[in-house]
Amino acid sequence: MGAEAVAGEVADQAKRRRMDVEIVRNGSRGLYWLEPMVEVATESGRLAYGPVAASDVASLFEAGFLGGGKHRLALGATGEIPYLKLQERLTFARVGIIDPVSLDDYLAHGGYRGLERALGLAGMQVVDEVTASGLRGRGGAGFPAGIKWKTTLQTAAKQKYVVCNADEGDSGTFADRMIMEGDPFVLLEGMTIAGLAVGATQGYIYLRSEYPHALGTLNAAIATAVTRGYLGENVRGSGKAFRIEVRVGAGAYICGEETAMLESLEGRRGMVRYKPPVPAVEGLFSAPTVVNNVITLATIPVIIEKGGNFYKEFGMGRSRGTSPFQLAGNLKHPGLVEKAFGVTLRELVYEYGGGTASGRPVRAVQVGGPLGSYFPDSMLDVAMDYEAVAAQGGILGHGGIVVFDDTVDLARMARYAMEFCAIESCGKCTPCRIGSTRGMELIDHIIGNRDRAASAALLRDLCDTMTNASLCALGGLTPLPVMSALKHFPQDFGLVGERT
Amino acid sequence: MASDHDWDRETVERIATSLKDTPGALMPILRQVQDELGWIPPGSIPLIAGVLNLSRAEVHGVASFYHDFRHHPPGRFVIQVCRAESCQAMGGGALAEHIRQRLGVDFGETTRDRNFTLEPVYCLGNCACSPAIVVAGELMGRVTAGRFDRLIANLDGSRR
Repeated sequence: MGAEAVAGEVADQAKRRRMDVEIVRNGSRGLYWLEPMVEVATESGRLAYGPVAASDVASLFEAGFLGGGKHRLALGATGEIPYLKLQERLTFARVGIIDPVSLDDYLAHGGYRGLERALGLAGMQVVDEVTASGLRGRGGAGFPAGIKWKTTLQTAAKQKYVVCNADEGDSGTFADRMIMEGDPFVLLEGMTIAGLAVGATQGYIYLRSEYPHALGTLNAAIATAVTRGYLGENVRGSGKAFRIEVRVGAGAYICGEETAMLESLEGRRGMVRYKPPVPAVEGLFSAPTVVNNVITLATIPVIIEKGGNFYKEFGMGRSRGTSPFQLAGNLKHPGLVEKAFGVTLRELVYEYGGGTASGRPVRAVQVGGPLGSYFPDSMLDVAMDYEAVAAQGGILGHGGIVVFDDTVDLARMARYAMEFCAIESCGKCTPCRIGSTRGMELIDHIIGNRDRAASAALLRDLCDTMTNASLCALGGLTPLPVMSALKHFPQDFGLVGERT
Repeated sequence: MASDHDWDRETVERIATSLKDTPGALMPILRQVQDELGWIPPGSIPLIAGVLNLSRAEVHGVASFYHDFRHHPPGRFVIQVCRAESCQAMGGGALAEHIRQRLGVDFGETTRDRNFTLEPVYCLGNCACSPAIVVAGELMGRVTAGRFDRLIANLDGSRR
């Protein structure tokens, strides 16, 4: 967004005015419509200005912004901005605040307190704390993390692994990216705690290749952690080893599925494996492996530091804690909103998101990524909770929310869902590998009014087969966006009033 | 300019031998060959297979599975346009069409002067700043047709 140019201009202007400034590149707070955001540290706290273009910098200096001077781009105290103030940032506490690759900054802001406590606990005690917190996998499956860790802890083996799934491929999601770019140490700390708890000495982060900045910050943080004894053969003098290596993917969405990811780490095609055996028992290189999403692991430090009971006080039903919802698409105020489960979709779209960027009405909201259902306006009062969203025929997934205005054509979006499945299918299962292409053709028939009613009936039948006969969620959930589009927006398919 | 027959054997040998003892070596090797050469030359497949003691079919299978691994050398600048949902919600479709017209190529093709290769990408993780593209490794958000045209004009006029 031009932040590099802004930083350069600030340095330049300061030099010309003979002013001594320290510029810290600390990543984004997640209020994207205000980026590039420049914060000034004053005695009364940090003051924000944004969105700043390089051409605005001179006028900022003229207005005395280093002392909090008035300017049309002034936003006041960053922490008072309602969008931020109303959030509950447990996992994202330091993102956009600290210098991401400064270990001292991390420690000064409460970093590595979780690890310190974990080093004094037995593995099972750490696992119990995770179980007590109610933490469920934030990648999308929502499986209880404590149960997964317990399984690996109790499976005897000479070598065990912790693998972080950083293949955040869902459109509308960027929470993993923000953690890795903005607070990489919290992820390293979470993985280290996991390794110590279950008896794993080696960790891998499978990072998608589309995140080059994250690769840089992660490798810098790992190098620093090793130098300072937070990673390596003897973590903090405990006598226990834990090492982390980043492995970069190669553009395959399916490698976000945990077993395909393990295949890729083993140097093979990203083909999905049968379960059982589950990776917790037989995972990477056939060893017991904890596989968790970035957010899941990044939430571990605060859980161990403050206790599972602290974390589970947030949330509702069986969805305990907070989730970093990602507001994307056609919104006035897109960004990262970490809130306890239970906030409604309407509140996120309108009160945080501000409605559409185009000013046109919201017509559909896709929740949970490309395999998630499309919700019409009438369904926006659903609470963001795993079970509540499922009850409405959708998935919460990784918390991505993509908003569309009334120019969207849901028949085209349904066709895209099938097209994406065809492009990204690993090829193992016939319903996914072949069905996705047939699905595209059927939707083309429907749109083109060729045998419309019969094609719609066949499409429903095809979706049923894909749902029930696919090995993984790619083929298994592609029917969700397709069927939700058919159900809630039949007019886009030319199907209103027709018997199908 | 690289042609399909023109690739640096020594680079591939160096990469393969330095990484051969890494667990799951084939992926890091192919990744680095792609990063350094810009593509996976067909002749590198038997070379890598030999170093790792794998069959050529196995190496070909992995090289052909992943979207990042190119099988032809790219043009001078690679332009990746996101085609996923969030970018679509913010006019990504119209932007893609504009880019196709402006460059005169379709997705997967390279301009005749070999300056630009156009590729689709499915999510860059920049979804709060849709639509997004990557040009020569640089991520751009809130892209408009105008910004794209200016960028291309700059690159076109830049010295080799």
